[in-house]
Amino acid sequence: MVNRGAGIVGRLRVAALQRKLLRECWHLKGQMLSIALVVATGIMTVITMRGSYESLIEAQQRYYNDMRFADVWSSLRRAPDSLRPQIQAIPGVALADTRVSFLATLDLEGLDAPAQGRFVSLPERSRPVLNDILITRGRYVDAATPDEVIISEKFANARGLNPGDSLRAIINGRARDLDIVGIAISPEHSYSVPPGSLLPEDDRYGVLWMSVRALGPAYDMDGAFNEVFVKLAPGTNERAVISRLNDVLEPYGGYGAYARRDQPSHMMLQGELDQNRVMGTAMPAIFLGVAVFLLHLVLGRLITTQRGEIAVLKAFGYRDAEVGRHFLMFALVAVLAGALIGTLGGVLLGRGYIGMYRQYFDLPGLQYRLSPGLLVMALAVSLAGAVSGALGAVRKAVRLPPAEAMRPEPPARFRPGLLERLGVGRLLPASGRMILRNVERKPVQAFFSSLGVAFSVAILIIGLFMFDGVNHLIDLQFRKIQREDISVSFLQNVSASAHYDLGRLQGVTRVETYRSAPVRLRHGHWSRETVIQGMERDGVLRRIVTVDGVVHPLPAEGVILSQVLARRLQVKTGDWLIAEMLEGRRQSERVRVAGVVEDFLGVTAYMDLEALHRLTGEYDVISGAYLSVQADERSGLYRELKQVPAVAGVASPASMLESFERELARNIFISVGFLVGFASVIAVGVIYNGARIALSERGRELASLRVMGFHRREVATLLLGEQAVVTLIAIPLGWLIGYGLAYLMVESLQTDTFRIPYVIAARTYWVAALITVAAAVASAFVVRRRLDSLDLISVLKTRE
Amino acid sequence: MAVTTQTDRDDSAKAVLRASQLSKYYEMGEVKVHALKNVDLSLYEGELLVLLGASGSGKSTLLNILGGLDVASSGSLFYGDQELSTATASELTQYRRDHVGFVFQFYNLISSLTARENVSLVTDIAADPMKPEEALALVGLESRLDHFPAQLSGGEQQRVAIARAIAKRPRILLCDEPTGALDASTGRLVLSVLNQVNRETGTTMAIITHNAAIGRIGDTVLRMSSGEIVERSRNDVREDVEHIEW
Ligand SMILES: Nc1ncnc2c1ncn2[C@@H]1O[C@H](COP(=O)(O)OP(=O)(O)O)[C@@H](O)[C@H]1O
Ligand SMILES: [Mg+2]
Repeated sequence: MVNRGAGIVGRLRVAALQRKLLRECWHLKGQMLSIALVVATGIMTVITMRGSYESLIEAQQRYYNDMRFADVWSSLRRAPDSLRPQIQAIPGVALADTRVSFLATLDLEGLDAPAQGRFVSLPERSRPVLNDILITRGRYVDAATPDEVIISEKFANARGLNPGDSLRAIINGRARDLDIVGIAISPEHSYSVPPGSLLPEDDRYGVLWMSVRALGPAYDMDGAFNEVFVKLAPGTNERAVISRLNDVLEPYGGYGAYARRDQPSHMMLQGELDQNRVMGTAMPAIFLGVAVFLLHLVLGRLITTQRGEIAVLKAFGYRDAEVGRHFLMFALVAVLAGALIGTLGGVLLGRGYIGMYRQYFDLPGLQYRLSPGLLVMALAVSLAGAVSGALGAVRKAVRLPPAEAMRPEPPARFRPGLLERLGVGRLLPASGRMILRNVERKPVQAFFSSLGVAFSVAILIIGLFMFDGVNHLIDLQFRKIQREDISVSFLQNVSASAHYDLGRLQGVTRVETYRSAPVRLRHGHWSRETVIQGMERDGVLRRIVTVDGVVHPLPAEGVILSQVLARRLQVKTGDWLIAEMLEGRRQSERVRVAGVVEDFLGVTAYMDLEALHRLTGEYDVISGAYLSVQADERSGLYRELKQVPAVAGVASPASMLESFERELARNIFISVGFLVGFASVIAVGVIYNGARIALSERGRELASLRVMGFHRREVATLLLGEQAVVTLIAIPLGWLIGYGLAYLMVESLQTDTFRIPYVIAARTYWVAALITVAAAVASAFVVRRRLDSLDLISVLKTRE
Repeated sequence: MAVTTQTDRDDSAKAVLRASQLSKYYEMGEVKVHALKNVDLSLYEGELLVLLGASGSGKSTLLNILGGLDVASSGSLFYGDQELSTATASELTQYRRDHVGFVFQFYNLISSLTARENVSLVTDIAADPMKPEEALALVGLESRLDHFPAQLSGGEQQRVAIARAIAKRPRILLCDEPTGALDASTGRLVLSVLNQVNRETGTTMAIITHNAAIGRIGDTVLRMSSGEIVERSRNDVREDVEHIEW
């Protein structure tokens, strides 16, 4: 091989061995770069994902502190302000605050579907003791001017509303025009989902803060409150406070206090952070692991090709340590280059990643920050991996007696391999047989190369399968579970006769009513506030559907619990629970667990509507209804329902699905982009290096073939055919590894609120294989070009 | 320089290397290859020894053991007072580093280093080396300093290899078929360089060849066959390299 660049390196005063290192690193720049990129992806995933996680947690803590985010929450029907000192006096309560909060319909221009507003009161003087808001634009409300309102930022952005604009709301049945004076965010509403929806619908749902002086009278809450929250003193037993608070609120229609971890917005954020933590640990671990493995593989083979040079160095009296250090330097150069690229890329990617989070959660001051400890950790792991990878090969090379190493490697002893003996060989042309024999001659090496490429396939699978899971979920949610066209929920429970009123509306073809009964379920000393969903037993619009898409029948008696809830309460089918009703007559009843289903939506309890009526002792109440509506009547019905004062919300699965899918498509696009990049780096790292090393190992042989008159294409087939076999073996292997890793991820990612369904679509397998093959073909193409420009004379003249 | 006679040497010349009863086996699965059988040999200060023999007769095995690249299965080998046959790997490395130069049949230059740098590779770790340029001038390559191996002819590459071997002023220079891959006139050139080094620096030298004619340039000629020294002869007068028939 002829080297250029002798001038630059040569003029420096460096020892010949260092010069050799520099020049060979330059000569092997393609290989060094591909190894460096593998290291870079490992480090990048750590820096991006783990770094983002740390940044998110830090921003979350700061935000919660600044806003004095509460620890314990409860809603109630109505209690006088005079109850507040009693709450404040509960042992362990450091601070307590109360407010008024209601859901109301918003009348927005240019919107057929109804919009809803969560109205929240602000104290007359000064700021809330707990759960403060952060004004991002405009100003705080002036208690003296009753129609002033502050609206949530996402809602403002989605509707293009600004301070100075006005907004019409139907408050307690009466239309009122409100003046927007400010835009704000709050940790309570970081992620705000309208009632009955799965995802935020920022253009149809917003939070509106008004002075308690304006809001209180509007809802007959003068001098009273219907929400209370508490900040705990350090070291307090949360459960004790919750139970005391429940006792205090009981006479005032308390709906059951809950801890911060059950606060919806916090739960979403925490769920996201938990996922991030697991992903920020699992993904980098997988990537770093693969990187270390590849370093092992590639550096090992690289050093093996230098066997003759190692022998010369040793013959002239270079010590093993000196020779070893020299070859370890190759690993170090690759790792350091990779670390540099990985850190830069990781920081950039981390910023982008955090930028994405900023759109979902308003965490003020959320910024990607790289902690030095993390960088040191990532570096140390890759260095250790590289050194351990190189060390094995170096040790093997150094241990070889120099006399032996000096001898040209004995000609490989070929014999018909297993496949040929089985008769496969006869089906192949001569070149095919040569390729096969080469692979069979070094089966271990071929296997490990395949394993390397298999990781590329596997990484694509574990990246892509999450979208399969989400797709499965969407299909389940919107095609199997929510089969209504419109769902209606009432402000308060209404008479069951609403069934007939709804049925008479224009275009309605089917009505199924439901009742949501807030309840505290108890089993031993485990308890949990939730809602019992009473559904019509012969209903077709809403049914209980398991993760596998199987419809679970609703029994005439007893309650069906979702698996997570059953686990929290430590019950199984056949056990008895105490159900403390949190509305109406608020009595306690025993109820039998009639079944446990594995569904996706966390912590629901289902019951036959009639059975629920018997349980509560209230027979003539429903909370809402599911409707089938003729397609051409749907938007008219929206408008009509919006006018009904008793209606709290009208939701349409179709519009939810639309926003869900829009969101998803964007996420898929971004994630898949990164995954393809990462997987390609791995595939290229193995295939390109494999082919380059084979080229230097067999350069003379191939050059001889060319001299004998073989065409370039024929020679290329021989060299690259081996890589093709490696890739083909890698695909099923990668499918298997991906399948296993996906399973491990599903298991470790499971939280109370979120589960990735373990569903891998056939398409995912094919896409993963295809992308890997494409990366392999691309690297083969690069090597092919090098092969084409093989300098026959110099290859034959020098011995490597 | 006066030609030393055998009697002189037996009385006064120092043996640099003394081997006795050296044997070497290679285990090849069930087959045991006896590459070297009870070889006795002394290499004297300033001597030029030529090792002849057919391919496979054990020449390289012997040379590698003498140079500390390999160890004998049995027998003893002394470098002065130091017993190499019982030396550790790192002692052998130190021995090679301080005292031995090698020239190989296939040159074994580092292809990524220029002629000058290939020589530096050795002078970098030597105690009292020549300048690389000086060593290359000795082999007549002063105008090829910055050429890479691939840019040199076979004879030139072999001369770089010789420069590399002599640059550290080794006490012993071991050459394994240095002309094996070269044509006659290039081979002659390489041999005359080696001859000149031996005469001018007094380096003790052993040269392997399977070309019997080359034997005439040495002080001592050993012929090997099947791992044994089957013939020892001495030249009272060393033939000039130019007169060697190829
Ligand atoms: N590493 C080895 N393993 C097995 N046999 C070897 C090895 N090295 C040399 N031999 C055998 O030892 C014998 C002598 O080899 P060698 O010293 O290289 O011969 P020469 O240099 O005279 O051609 C040969 O039969 C050769 O096959
Ligand atoms: Mg030999």
